[in-house]
Amino acid sequence: MKNKGLIITLSIIGVIVLFVIILVIWGIGSYNNLVTLNESVNQSWSQVENQYQRRTDLIPNLVNTVKGYAEFERGVLTDVTEARSKVSQFNVTPEVLNDPQAFQRFQQLQGELSGALSRLLVTVENYPTLKANENFLQLQAQLEGTENRISVERRNFNQVVQQYNTTIKRFPTSIFAGLFGFGEKQYFTSTPGSETPPKVEF
Amino acid sequence: MKFLFFILALTSFLFAQPEVPVLKQWANDFTNTLGSSQLETLNHRLKTFEDSTTNQLVMLMIATLNDYPIEYYSYEIVQKNKIGTEEHDNGALLFVAKNDKKLRIEVGYGLEGALPDALASSIIRNVIVPHFKKNDFYAGITAGIDAIISAIAGEYKAKKDVSEDDEGTPFISTIIMIIFGILMFIFRGRGRGRRGGFIYFGGPGGGRGGFSSGSFGGFSGGGGSFGGGGSSGSW
Repeated sequence: MKNKGLIITLSIIGVIVLFVIILVIWGIGSYNNLVTLNESVNQSWSQVENQYQRRTDLIPNLVNTVKGYAEFERGVLTDVTEARSKVSQFNVTPEVLNDPQAFQRFQQLQGELSGALSRLLVTVENYPTLKANENFLQLQAQLEGTENRISVERRNFNQVVQQYNTTIKRFPTSIFAGLFGFGEKQYFTSTPGSETPPKVEF
Repeated sequence: MKFLFFILALTSFLFAQPEVPVLKQWANDFTNTLGSSQLETLNHRLKTFEDSTTNQLVMLMIATLNDYPIEYYSYEIVQKNKIGTEEHDNGALLFVAKNDKKLRIEVGYGLEGALPDALASSIIRNVIVPHFKKNDFYAGITAGIDAIISAIAGEYKAKKDVSEDDEGTPFISTIIMIIFGILMFIFRGRGRGRRGGFIYFGGPGGGRGGFSSGSFGGFSGGGGSFGGGGSSGSW
């Protein structure tokens, strides 16, 4: 009688231990997968940041070239310079990815810079000599190239974030994700109003 | 103007995407503008260029993008076809949308140093577009290809089978040949004739040797990737 009881108790303990072991192995696998995905998001983010930085770096040259054309609209140039300094002042850390408000702010500032830049380029259309200036054309090419790179990196980033978000939301990984502190990440969205080209009055 | 287009392009999902073909040749014209001997000349030129430098420079001309953004389409073409070698990412695409009067030079990561955006823009504006404005597509494309080739020619070199600048038979090939030598010695009594074919195993020197992807008649991508570099233009 005692033996039977012992065997049953041991079996139950055995099953529980087995269950815990499976859970731990599963947990480790899940955790490692989340770490890998998280790192690819971080890497993709830094590539996005690099391209935005590249754009920020191009702007002083652009402003100086345009400034040389004395008749050029001061207001448009000032807008670009101010938007650029706001972007430079914003402190970008990896934590921005985990903080939805900071992420939104980052997007907003970059969006304002995009707006100011496109107003500048639209204005240039009305200055034929500036438009034909080889220096300006080169800068314009560099700027457009950078914008395209930003666009590519944003698309890549969104793809990686999608993989990450899907993984942390799926059951049962969602349990481990919550446990280990892997939160949902933000996507890049197009700035509201960006579909409408800026109007410049003359 | 192009800048506005970028902003509009953010809502590209509204535009129907044209088909992204797998390219079988270096020079591709889906508009039947170029004559077959002209295409053959271009094809041969680009294939030879790849053989000697490993750079994959491809030309594609289509009729229309149906309002789909040229940068998106061009990027999809190069990524799908993996133009350029995996090792160097040294691919480039000269893309023309004939009826839309738009063109683009798409540059892979590995060639961005030799062919930066400003230079690509300059080639489009000063070399290609003057011909296109006169409706001379063959001249424009040829001139563009010449300019691109002179920009990127020095970047990478193909390793040849027998050449002065070869550093010697790579280590792995040597080891394999030694192992085969030993095996052949051990098995020398059996089926000697059959093993003869294996001598070619370590034969070709470094790189892809005689089995390069192009030599059997068609183009195939080498696994290269792109970051969005290059420049667009119109005429």
